[in-house]
This record gives sequence, C-alpha cells and structure tokens, in this order.
Amino acid sequence: MTGQALYAVLGCGLFCLGFHALVVAAHPLRRLLAVNVMGSSVFLVLVAGAAPGDPLPQALVITGIVVAVAATALGLNLLLRLAVPAAADEPADGEGGS
Amino acid sequence: MKAFASAALALLLAGLAAVLAWTVTRPVTPGRDVPALIAGALDVSGVSHPVTAVLLNFRGYDTLLELVVLLIALAGVRCLAPLPPPRGSAPVGGVLRELASLLLPVLVLVAVYLLWAGATRPGGAFQGGALLAAAGILALLAGRDRFLWRLEHRLWPLACLGVAVFLAVAAGTLAAGGVLLGLPSAHAGTLILVIEGFALLSIAVTLVALFLGTGELEDRDP
Repeated sequence: MTGQALYAVLGCGLFCLGFHALVVAAHPLRRLLAVNVMGSSVFLVLVAGAAPGDPLPQALVITGIVVAVAATALGLNLLLRLAVPAAADEPADGEGGS
Repeated sequence: MKAFASAALALLLAGLAAVLAWTVTRPVTPGRDVPALIAGALDVSGVSHPVTAVLLNFRGYDTLLELVVLLIALAGVRCLAPLPPPRGSAPVGGVLRELASLLLPVLVLVAVYLLWAGATRPGGAFQGGALLAAAGILALLAGRDRFLWRLEHRLWPLACLGVAVFLAVAAGTLAAGGVLLGLPSAHAGTLILVIEGFALLSIAVTLVALFLGTGELEDRDP
C-alpha cells in the first residue's frame, strides 16, 4: 500500500469516527465538532486519492475549507444563542427585540 | 440493551469504514488527464500557479459561489438576536496591546504578500484573507474596538464588495466574449489580481464579523 493510499484509508476511518461521535454525542458542540471531523476526512480523501500534483482537488479542498469554516461559524453562533438561558434574553431597556 | 446498541453501531461503522477504504483504494480507470489539461492551458490563464489558475480562472464559478456562501453565513449570523453583552470583561493588558500594535502591520503586509504570491506559488485571496481576518481578530482582542466599530458600520458594503466585483467581471466577460467568466488571456492576470484583491478584503471582513457573531461591541478604548 502506498503512502497516499494509506492516507485515503485513514480518511475513511476518520470519517467513521466523526460519524460515530455525531450519532452518539448529545451535546451540540460535540456534534458540530464531529461534523467538522467528517468534513476534514473528506478533504483528506480528496487530496490523498488524487494523482500527485493534481491541482484540481487542491482547489476544491480550499473551496471546501472556506465553506466548512463559514458553516462552523454559523453553527457556533446558533449554539451560543441556544446556550443563553431564555430569562437572560429579555432586552434590558425596551429597545430592540420583538 | 445500551451496550448492545453501541456494539451494533460500532460494528456497522467498522463495516462502513471497510467498504469506504476498499472503495478509495480501488484503481481508478484513467479518464481525461486533468493535470495535463491544466498544465497545457496554464499559459492563457494569466497566472503560473495551477491551483490559483483553477480557482480563479478555470473554475471561477466555484469561487464566486464560495464567496456567496460566506455572505449567506454572515447573513445567517446577523439575523440572530444579539446576545446580552458579557458581564465583567477584563480590561485589555498592556502587553497584548503593545504586541498587537507590533504584529498588526506585519500581518497586513504578509496578507498582501500572500495575495501577490498567489499568481506564482501557493497563496491567494483565501489564505491572505484568513490572515487579514486574524489581524482583525487580534485587533478586536487587543481592545481596538473603535476601528472595528467603524468597520461594523460599513460591514455589508465591505462584505459584498468581493462578490460584486466578481459579478461585474463575470458580466463584463459575458458581454465582451460571450462566455461567463471566460477571462481574456491578455488581461487575465490583471483581472484575477483585481478579483482577488477585493475578495481578500471581503473574506477578511466576513470572517471577522463571523467571529464577532451577534455580540455587540463595547467601546473599551481608553
């Protein structure tokens, strides 16, 4: 088995580890991290599975990383909103809110 | 029962891992030689680094939509109701403030260098944008909120600039040559640099805003 194929196989293992955490974990932050691990494993498979020096998968992975970062940021912000207890959520001074 | 369920899950996932590993190690039937195609068309792409050529020229559509994804994520974050401001935030230390004032110019310089280097070697708008966003976050942590407060007031124009310029170039190429994002090879290098420059700014602003999230800025400047 070549080194590259080994990385691709490791990526498959990483994907399943992330999927396991996604299924088992109850805390949303752990689930978000699990989805990130799954995404990273896909990037690993994409780069390791390509021919050496093929620029197309590298460009796709760069695109994917940026999209993953954006999705993670959105997820973390949603988590923060979930974490704040509803009682502390009232606008303090009549301004804002619905 | 729970132990049985987790054992079954582990077994299923091990099976999935085995199937996936078998799939990725199978020999691929050779199709079109994409690396050779890219290398052959590199002369007309305007840049000499193949990854940048793919990102900004051959598959420019991907990159345009990637910038749109960033914008959509930003819109999603800004839609959320603002969090209550954190209580008892500590004042920014002098060491952090001094370190930030030393590091910020260097970070901005390296970000612009990465943008420029993208034409010939690894680098480009996303790497530079990430670095510029790191500079912005450092400025935020070091308490330079007034600068970021100004930034926040121009958030949407700055965040949309990259997509707007990219779309303008796309419309221009469509009008001039009839192909969406078919950059004319004579001006491709310049056009790519212009697109990347504005994309760099928009990516950095968007990432800083995503880091800020829904929290409202407090003015901590002395």
